[in-house]
Amino acid sequence: MAKELICIQCPQGCRLQVSGRGEGLKVRGNKCARGIAYAGKELTNPSRTLTTTVRTCFPDFPVLPVRTRGEVPLARIFACMEEINAVRVERRLRPGDVVLDRLAGTGVPLIATADMGEGKAVYH
Amino acid sequence: MRKDWDVIVIGAGPAGLAAAAAACDAGAGVCLVERESRPGGILKQCIHDGFGLVRYGEKLTGPEYAWRDIEAVRRRNIPIWTETFLLELQRAGDGFVLTMQNREQAVFQLTARALVAATGCRERTARQIFIHGQRPAGIYTAGTVQHMINIQGYLPGRRCVILGSGDIGLIMARRLVLEGARVEGVYEIKPEPSGLTRNLVQCLQDYNIPLHLSTTVTRVLGRERVEGVVVCPADENLRPLPDRGRIVPCDTLVLSVGLIPENDILEPLGVELNPRTGGPVVDQRLAANVPGLFSCGNALHVNDLVDYVSESGEIAGRAAAAYALGRTQPSNHAELVPEGDILYAVPGRLDLAAGGKAVIYLRANRTIGNARLTISAGDKTVLRKRYPVLRPPEMERIVLDLADLPAGAGAVKLSLRGEENG
Repeated sequence: MAKELICIQCPQGCRLQVSGRGEGLKVRGNKCARGIAYAGKELTNPSRTLTTTVRTCFPDFPVLPVRTRGEVPLARIFACMEEINAVRVERRLRPGDVVLDRLAGTGVPLIATADMGEGKAVYH
Repeated sequence: MRKDWDVIVIGAGPAGLAAAAAACDAGAGVCLVERESRPGGILKQCIHDGFGLVRYGEKLTGPEYAWRDIEAVRRRNIPIWTETFLLELQRAGDGFVLTMQNREQAVFQLTARALVAATGCRERTARQIFIHGQRPAGIYTAGTVQHMINIQGYLPGRRCVILGSGDIGLIMARRLVLEGARVEGVYEIKPEPSGLTRNLVQCLQDYNIPLHLSTTVTRVLGRERVEGVVVCPADENLRPLPDRGRIVPCDTLVLSVGLIPENDILEPLGVELNPRTGGPVVDQRLAANVPGLFSCGNALHVNDLVDYVSESGEIAGRAAAAYALGRTQPSNHAELVPEGDILYAVPGRLDLAAGGKAVIYLRANRTIGNARLTISAGDKTVLRKRYPVLRPPEMERIVLDLADLPAGAGAVKLSLRGEENG
């Protein structure tokens, strides 16, 4: 029985027909190799990059955008959110700086995605 | 501070940042004007990922994508006037005078030989769609909700209905659920969703948020605060069927009903706008009908990928620098005429004197299969392309080498024909 999946790796959104598992996995409808990897993962352990915000102590930058460096299991997303919601950032961070080392037992770090600058942004 | 510039770029979002860097690299003295306190434009609040696959071959979040452009502008020492409002634009001699206002200098003027308008777009509001009822608190555009949650750190409501299935609406449905709100559903008057398929999967399906097609909101209930909405199925002519309406209780109505390029500030210059796109009519250098005025990004037409916004910024910035430095020939324009299943195409004309390659962006006006695109001048076909399927939400990009056009080409035809329900 082939299963229909929509690949979410890029905006093209290829319609995949997937059958078999593990070594016997067969994928049709993918326009690139990422589709095959996506289908395999989606059948066994669907995972997503989580993007959200964390609170900060800076009034000019009240919340900082963050993401997971790598994917976390879809089923663990709300556990991750609970841990993220308890964080308060007390230093000015830049993109790539680690906010949490190991998010909610997933082993995946949470990193900043924005540049908090140095107080009011003045460029001239 | 220098007052006279070769090129001034209005707006420090992705289009403006790319334009400024490109103008600088082409040898022009350039500065950026930005009304917000930080550069980056709408990307600052687009904290989700999926940006940059075309330009960088990586999946970046909005702030990460913007950061690369901001760093590129900083490395070039291009000044950015933040928290600075453009009050008025006038032509003066062979250039422009910009009357601006900010906290440090009150009202002041800058002059420029060339202008790049990278002013982005704004959202269609509740006033621009037909919804009955009072005007209670709790009705927001998706972009406003995005700003409240991702920049200010507030949750605007606990129980939300989303009207319109545009990408921002889908992304905000997921965002609201992640932050602890309940999303009752996404309602779309058309029979097909207007957002990208991947967003239907990763924003709605992942979080069990229902999508109701051919259904719309006709009435808002509540006096002080939204208490619910009336949703109605719609017929194939997009007319609501009021006797089949039902009440959905909610405290927030989020509108994701379309974007409009923002070009009001250009009006006094006599700029010609394309009624289909809402942006200026431009040639392949993204030059408008006003000499020295260039347009790019979402102010030119609403894009679905920021990568193409940046590309248009680079084209406009380079062309503006060439104009300002006196490196352009008198133009010789041929109209680019869209035909068949095309909703719109940009640019609207080709400058044959400037030559080079024209990047053409277009959208189909309906979902079509087995689509054939041709570009022809006179009886010569210069480009052919086939698409298995084309959908209006997904913009197509093609490159036309103007050297392939026959000499003395008048109008150039861009024709798209496909089959229903591809």
